Amino acid sequence: MSEEKQNNEFNEAQEEQYSLNDDRRVKTLSPGAMVAKRFFRNRVAVTGLIILIFMFVFSFVGGWLMPYSEAQLFYRDDYQNKLFASVTKNEELRISEKESGSFPSLALAQFFMAMMKNEPTFTASGVEYTYEAVGEDLYSFYSDGKLVGCASYDIVSSSTAEKLPFELEHEILKAVASGEDNFSWNGATYLVDDDGGVTSNGQEVAYASRYIVQPLMSDIFLSRQFKEELIEEINNGAKEFTFTDPEGQAAEYSIEYKPATKSWSVNQSVETHVFDAYSKPSKAHLLGTDRNGMDMLTRLMYGGRVSLYIGFIVVAIETIIGVILGGISGYFGKWIDNLIMRIVDIFYCIPSTPLIIILGAAMDAMHVDPQIRMIYLMLILGFLGWPGIARMVRGQILSLREQEFMLATEATGVRVSRRIFKHLIPNVIPQLIVTMTMSLGSTILIEATLSFLGLGVKFPFASWGNIINDVNDTYVLTNYWFIWIPAGFCLLLTVLAFNLVGDGLRDAFDPKMKR
Amino acid sequence: MWKFIVKRLLLSVVILVFVAFIIYVLMRCLPTSYLEQVALAKSQQPGSKSFGEWMEQLEATYGMDKGIIPGFLSWAGKALKGQFGDSWKWTVPVTEKFHDCVWLSFVMGLISFFLELIIAIPLGIIAATKQYSKTDYTITVLALAGISLPTFFFASLLKLVFCVKLKWFDLGGLVSRGYDHMTAMGQFWDRAHHLVLPIVVLTVLSIGGLMRYTRTNMLEVLNADYIRTARAKGLSERNVIYNHAFRNTLIPLVTIIGGSLPGLFSGALITETLFSIPGIGFVSYQSMVSGDIPFSMFYLVFLAVLTLLGNLLSDILYAVVDPRVRIS
Repeated sequence: MSEEKQNNEFNEAQEEQYSLNDDRRVKTLSPGAMVAKRFFRNRVAVTGLIILIFMFVFSFVGGWLMPYSEAQLFYRDDYQNKLFASVTKNEELRISEKESGSFPSLALAQFFMAMMKNEPTFTASGVEYTYEAVGEDLYSFYSDGKLVGCASYDIVSSSTAEKLPFELEHEILKAVASGEDNFSWNGATYLVDDDGGVTSNGQEVAYASRYIVQPLMSDIFLSRQFKEELIEEINNGAKEFTFTDPEGQAAEYSIEYKPATKSWSVNQSVETHVFDAYSKPSKAHLLGTDRNGMDMLTRLMYGGRVSLYIGFIVVAIETIIGVILGGISGYFGKWIDNLIMRIVDIFYCIPSTPLIIILGAAMDAMHVDPQIRMIYLMLILGFLGWPGIARMVRGQILSLREQEFMLATEATGVRVSRRIFKHLIPNVIPQLIVTMTMSLGSTILIEATLSFLGLGVKFPFASWGNIINDVNDTYVLTNYWFIWIPAGFCLLLTVLAFNLVGDGLRDAFDPKMKR
Repeated sequence: MWKFIVKRLLLSVVILVFVAFIIYVLMRCLPTSYLEQVALAKSQQPGSKSFGEWMEQLEATYGMDKGIIPGFLSWAGKALKGQFGDSWKWTVPVTEKFHDCVWLSFVMGLISFFLELIIAIPLGIIAATKQYSKTDYTITVLALAGISLPTFFFASLLKLVFCVKLKWFDLGGLVSRGYDHMTAMGQFWDRAHHLVLPIVVLTVLSIGGLMRYTRTNMLEVLNADYIRTARAKGLSERNVIYNHAFRNTLIPLVTIIGGSLPGLFSGALITETLFSIPGIGFVSYQSMVSGDIPFSMFYLVFLAVLTLLGNLLSDILYAVVDPRVRIS
């Protein structure tokens, strides 16, 4: 305060040195400088200007400085439970044949009927069979005294990849069904243990089990040890299962019983490469990532670029059409004015938001390329937005046209187009700038609303509106604030800043304003 | 005066015809419509006619097979008799669907309109009387923030705070789950409860405009000579502001308020859609997105009529309120 006073005194002292009629005594400011002075005195408007500058730097320089690009995808490794194998308990008789077709499944039905009627023989497809029950779980079928097939509840799986001969399989089933612990076949002795494992000379041959373990992928071979341990865990009612293979590698599985299919599904948690969607803000991604695994901050910058571009181009289109038509209308008056003003009235009446929504939906249906769509959007917005500017320009020109300087241009024979665009329009520029600034804000708002509804700027392009679009998913609304709140505030601040600056400019341009 | 009104009315009718024609042409030129979806669905049924044949049949049924100008004339002829056809999406007459949903929007609009008047005008007056004070700056910035707020963002914020965090309101819809089992009073309160947030959104977003308008006009009046005279006479500041200044500010206010009355019927497209309130805005949004030509056509023309009515009303009111305009 005191410093200011000193300064003032100093200035006064300096001014006193000039004589009274010295021109240097009078400070002159050009009209432009006056406007600038008035504008910069308005603190609110200057704040708006600072916000705008920040937003421009953020959008245009920021996107260039960021290490990521607009639509760069990020991945992360995630553990996902994937179905690994399924286990079913066999509860029906399964047929094994000596050779393919020697005991067709049709014969099994005949066998059931024979068994019900207690008949010793049955016929199927003209072949007569006899049967023999071994315990309750195995039935052997003979034709002409020769073994042709058997049906049992247990299933024999070979320990090696080779298929077992049918006779051996039959012998194993027989041993398991009758509860014997050894048998001999083809000159060799086989031992059968409690779990159904069959060994010969200390070597595993096969094992019999009532459970069927099937891997989901056909190329995976499940070892007997794995199957046995798995079945034991299932019988224990366990939910988790860890298997350590002979090489010592452990894998974890989860077991889930499905009552509908009476089977157990065994899930293995597998490391998978997935989109890094909705990741929380971190050092790598300051604002996290979006639904598609793209960096939010980068999207926000490019989104600002798109929103500002669209705003500027639309306002440019509006202004060009508005100034030309408004200028012509105001200058010529009479029927031209009448005609143009009626066109303005018509455009004023067309409900623009619903119309743009309809056009957006139509473009959706036509699958218009996102880039071309953006151009259409700008053209439509621009073409619907000019009447306001045309009205304003016409109104101004109507009053300017009556002034003396226009008479002077007429007297000096200036061309009409020159009179309009060189002498009248420049006088409208202050109001024009104010209107343009304000409509920049509202255009950005309309564009954002459309993009929010999914009818404006489309993926892969970002815009502040379509970033917020994600809140249509209530889960995102609730849990991922970092997706939509920053974009919303960017939008709010930018539009607010345009309005503040517009307001400040209006005050600064208005010579009637006090201060 | 009457001559002026009649002239304006006739002009409005001419403008309306042109607007309706432009809208009709645009609608007819759209490459897709609800009919095509229906035809596609029907043609995919086993043993059905081809898509083209279905399309022809449907177009003939709905009068879409005529050229654009005869089509428009027949549409306009029916519209004059109040027949707007059947809505394709809602499968009821357009006017019936309109009657079902417009009143809800009107009530919402009316309540928020009153709130807007009650809040915006006093704020505008205060801001104008204390020009360039802290109060003025605060009010102006808040009003501008209201104008600058994107509807969908503000609505989402409200939803997050009041529906998700505080659990005071439902996220959307007009009625709760147990609506059918409520008493008449309970049903009324349930609806009212669901309308709170949409009305808040509508009010907050509309305050800014009216407040700034009040402020600008009030400032203009306060700078007038007769206010200086009033002050010079030694009238109290209260008297000056409310009896001399505010009464004159009322002239532009009444015209703009009267002009926005028809708009109460237009519904709030975005807000209703966001809160799933089945008012005219939400219903027509759904119709427009699904290409329901009769309903969209009706809604767009309806909006144009409302705009024209609004302009007409504000012009007439201006003449009624301001004697200077009447004389000249």
